[in-house]
Amino acid sequence: MNATIAKLALQALLGRRRFFLLLAFPVLLIGLVALVTALLDGEAAYEVLPNLGYPLVLPLVAILAASSVLGPEVDDGSIVYLLSKPVNRYGVAISKWVVALGATLVAGALPILVAALITGDSTRATALFVGAVVAGTAYSALFLAISAVTRHAVIASLMFVLIWESLLGNLFSGIAWLSIGQWGLRIGHEISSALPDPANLGYAIVASLLVTVVGAWFAGDRLRSFSLTGDE
Amino acid sequence: MSTLVLDSASRWFGNVVAVNDVSLSIGPGVTGLLGPNGAGKTTLMAMMSGFLAPSAGHVTLDGRPVWRNTETYRQIGLVPERELSFGYLTGRQFVRANADLHRLPDAAAATERILEVVDMVEPAGRRLDTYSKGMRQRVKIAAALVHDPAVLLLDEPFNGVDPRQRMHLMDLLRRLGDEGRTVLFSSHILEEVERLARHIEVVVSGRHAASGDFGAIRRLMTDRPVQYAVQSSDNRTLASVLMAHESVRAVSLRGEHLDVQVGDLGSFAVDLPGLARQHDVTLFELSPSDESLESVFAYLVAR
Repeated sequence: MNATIAKLALQALLGRRRFFLLLAFPVLLIGLVALVTALLDGEAAYEVLPNLGYPLVLPLVAILAASSVLGPEVDDGSIVYLLSKPVNRYGVAISKWVVALGATLVAGALPILVAALITGDSTRATALFVGAVVAGTAYSALFLAISAVTRHAVIASLMFVLIWESLLGNLFSGIAWLSIGQWGLRIGHEISSALPDPANLGYAIVASLLVTVVGAWFAGDRLRSFSLTGDE
Repeated sequence: MSTLVLDSASRWFGNVVAVNDVSLSIGPGVTGLLGPNGAGKTTLMAMMSGFLAPSAGHVTLDGRPVWRNTETYRQIGLVPERELSFGYLTGRQFVRANADLHRLPDAAAATERILEVVDMVEPAGRRLDTYSKGMRQRVKIAAALVHDPAVLLLDEPFNGVDPRQRMHLMDLLRRLGDEGRTVLFSSHILEEVERLARHIEVVVSGRHAASGDFGAIRRLMTDRPVQYAVQSSDNRTLASVLMAHESVRAVSLRGEHLDVQVGDLGSFAVDLPGLARQHDVTLFELSPSDESLESVFAYLVAR
């Protein structure tokens, strides 16, 4: 962990226009849930969360956060200014991940908790929040690793979320074993049975941890081999 | 005192060879890396600064490889050609962040000291995106120098910098070289390199074409056959006179023009006006037909 890198990453996150997009997601989610609660009732409004908030808003926020802290610098090569220093590359990756994670939790997991509390049942809300924290942690590490590998990180990450987790995950229940979102739900299920039980608990915990650790490590390893190819 | 050594270093991208079997050693003082655009200077710089693995051969700093070796950055200061994308920071914040990344014991003092060296104390409170090209370049150099490195690598540091700022930068680099640092900068402009560098390495098409002090390189570049097109009041007379001159290798008539191939540029240039006057020939036009730097480089490679 390197405080200077984390500070710069935070400045990069807050200093860009994407930040407002990051801000718009939680505002819209909470607004929508509050509106449906007011018009219909809490139960109807809750449906927004497992169908929209958790499977879409949370990973989208994680994508935005992870790609903002690393993507642009890798794309335009200006990360050499940070890497031409005797700084441990894994430290750089972890610092950036911590910032991305913080943003994901604040703009992704926390609004889910707030929205779920609006709909009533606080146990269910806590369960969904715990699931969102777990999934947000793994998502941000995975998307950071993707940002370190490809210039098309946002597209690749979106495909993972929209096609793999959402589309195929709805068609084939087996994908739950390879879906970060489902692992989070499984862990939240321990708190409230309002959440589904798609996989084995031990497996969900280990898999989430593994994706997080391997994702951060891999991002660091890619940074160790960061190559500057000329414009020539 | 540090020495950067390339030992038969090559780098290819797919089937394009960017750097081909280059061996050179760069020691203290200012060295210029000269070559036309696309010659592989940036690739060489990237390999020397540990941002590109050589496909073959070795790149070492004082005997230790630079690739995937983060510790080398204690000795290296790098000024990349890339633009700064930290526009939201002030000059001082940016240099300070570099000092912090090096974990300097007194980062604040080091920042102020180096801002003074590059003469950027006054604008250091402004955001980077308000700076002129020359100011950004100086802030980049400050950031690269803040930890007092033995080696300074600069990729095309004078690109887009106005002449006055260029003078400042050159004075600064010269001073750093005189202090015993190993300073290497790349450029595609001969005049820039020969004004600043004592030692010059020339690369062309990824190959190491020539190496030596400024005088030797200059001689190589001027003592090459040059083609001139001459127009005069009496081309035929001038042709016979020129053919007798020892520096002239070939003369041919081409319409209104006389094509002259010259072996020794110096004596030809000095003697031509006298010869013309002696034989009552008026010179209307004298133009070198292949004076472009590329043809100079091509000659060096073919040599």
